[in-house]
Amino acid sequence: MTSITVTESPHLALLLRRADDSLVLAHRLSEWCGHAPMLEEDLALANIALDLLGQARALYTHAAGIEGRGRTEDDLAYLRDAPSYRNILMAELPRGDFAFTIARQFLFSAFMHPYWRVAQSSTDPTFAAIAAKAEKELAYHLRHSAEWLIRLGDGTEESARRAAEALEELWPYTGELFASDEADNEVIAAGFAPDPAALRAEWDATVARVLDQATLTRPRDGWMQSGGRRGVHTEHLGHMLATMQHLQRAYPGAVW
Amino acid sequence: MVSAVRGGAGCIVRFDAARLRARALEVAAQVPDPEIPVLSIADLGVLRDARVTEDGAVEVDITPTYSGCPAMNMIALQVETALAAAGLPRPRVRLVLHPAWTTDWMTEAGRAKLRDYGIAPPPRAASRRALFGEDDEVACPRCGATETERLSEFGSTACKALWRCIACREPFDVFKCH
Repeated sequence: MTSITVTESPHLALLLRRADDSLVLAHRLSEWCGHAPMLEEDLALANIALDLLGQARALYTHAAGIEGRGRTEDDLAYLRDAPSYRNILMAELPRGDFAFTIARQFLFSAFMHPYWRVAQSSTDPTFAAIAAKAEKELAYHLRHSAEWLIRLGDGTEESARRAAEALEELWPYTGELFASDEADNEVIAAGFAPDPAALRAEWDATVARVLDQATLTRPRDGWMQSGGRRGVHTEHLGHMLATMQHLQRAYPGAVW
Repeated sequence: MVSAVRGGAGCIVRFDAARLRARALEVAAQVPDPEIPVLSIADLGVLRDARVTEDGAVEVDITPTYSGCPAMNMIALQVETALAAAGLPRPRVRLVLHPAWTTDWMTEAGRAKLRDYGIAPPPRAASRRALFGEDDEVACPRCGATETERLSEFGSTACKALWRCIACREPFDVFKCH
C-alpha cells in the first residue's frame, strides 16, 4: 500500500513526536516477550510496552482527529515510512542486552514522568487527559527501571560492567530529550506542551540519585546525536518498521 | 425530552429519555470486567455516564483503566451487546479520556468483591508513590495478615502487581494504585 505523509502543523508534530516515541519504544520492549531473563521481567517488560502502546494509540487517534483527513491511528502507525517517523533516536536503537534495555527505559522514564506530570495542565484537553493517565504509568516504569539499574550497577562485576557500557552507549542520545525546534517552541508558547529544557534539572537530579545508589558514574556530556524529530534516523528504524508494518503493507486494510 | 422510536414489534412506543438513560446505566452496570469477572464495570468505575442523543440513540460512556488495557474493546462490545439485548435503541459506546480513571473510583462493593476473589484491593491513591517510597501496607486477601512483600511490580494484567504473604506463604495479586 502507498505510504502516507502528514502535513505537520506544530500541534500535529507534537502529537506525532510523542506518539512515535511511545510506539517505537513499545515495539523494542515487546521484542523481549518470551526472552527476558526471568518470568517476572517478561511480564514487566510486556506490561510497560502495553502502557506505551496504549499511550501511542490515544495520541495517534487525537492526531488523526486534528489532521481531519479521516485517517486512523493505524494509518499513522502502519503507513508512514521511516523518514516520516518523528521519534527520538534513543527509542529505536536495538534492544541490546537486558542492561541496555533497563538503562534506556530509566533515562527515558526519568524524563517522561515529569513531562506528563506538567502536560496535565496542557491547554489541549485531550493531551492533558492522555498525560493524566500516562503520568501514573510512567511512575511505575521509572521505579521499575531505577530499581533494576541499582541492582545491576551494584550487583556483580559483569552486571556492573554491562550497565556502565549501556549508559556510555546511550548517553549521546540523551540530548534529544531536551532539544526544541521551531515547532516545539510554538506549542510550548501556546501552552499545549511542556518545555523540555525546563525538565532538565529534575532529570539530572533523578539520574544523579539513582546512579549514585547504583555505584555507576554519570557519563560525560559530549557531542549529542540528533535527527529523529526531523525524520533522520539510524538504520535500525527501517528494519523495525519493516517487521511492524509488513502485514498492513502486504495486505492493505487487513483486520482481525 | 420525549422521543418516539419504532419498537421491536413494529409498534411506536413513547418513552422518557431520563428513564431510558437510567435503564441504559442499569444494563451497562451488569457487564462484567473480562479480566476480573467478579467485578462489574460499574464496580470498577469504568462506566461513566449515559445519554439519549438527539437522534434517539443510546450512548454509554466508558473510560479506560490503563492506556493500553486490552480489555477496553471487549468491554465496549459487551456493553453494546447488552444494551441491544435489553432492547435499547441503537446502542453505542463512547470512549472518554477525561477525567482520567483512578482506582479511587472503585466502589466499596467492588473492593470487597476483589478481596473475596483473592485479589488485594488497591491502596488509596492518596498515598502516591515516591520513586523509592515505601510500599503501601497490603493485607493478604486470604488470611488478612499484613506481613506481605512485593514480588514484582507487574503482574498478569496491566492493573495488577504480584505479592506474597509471609504469614500464610500464599502468593496473591494486588490491584495497583492508580
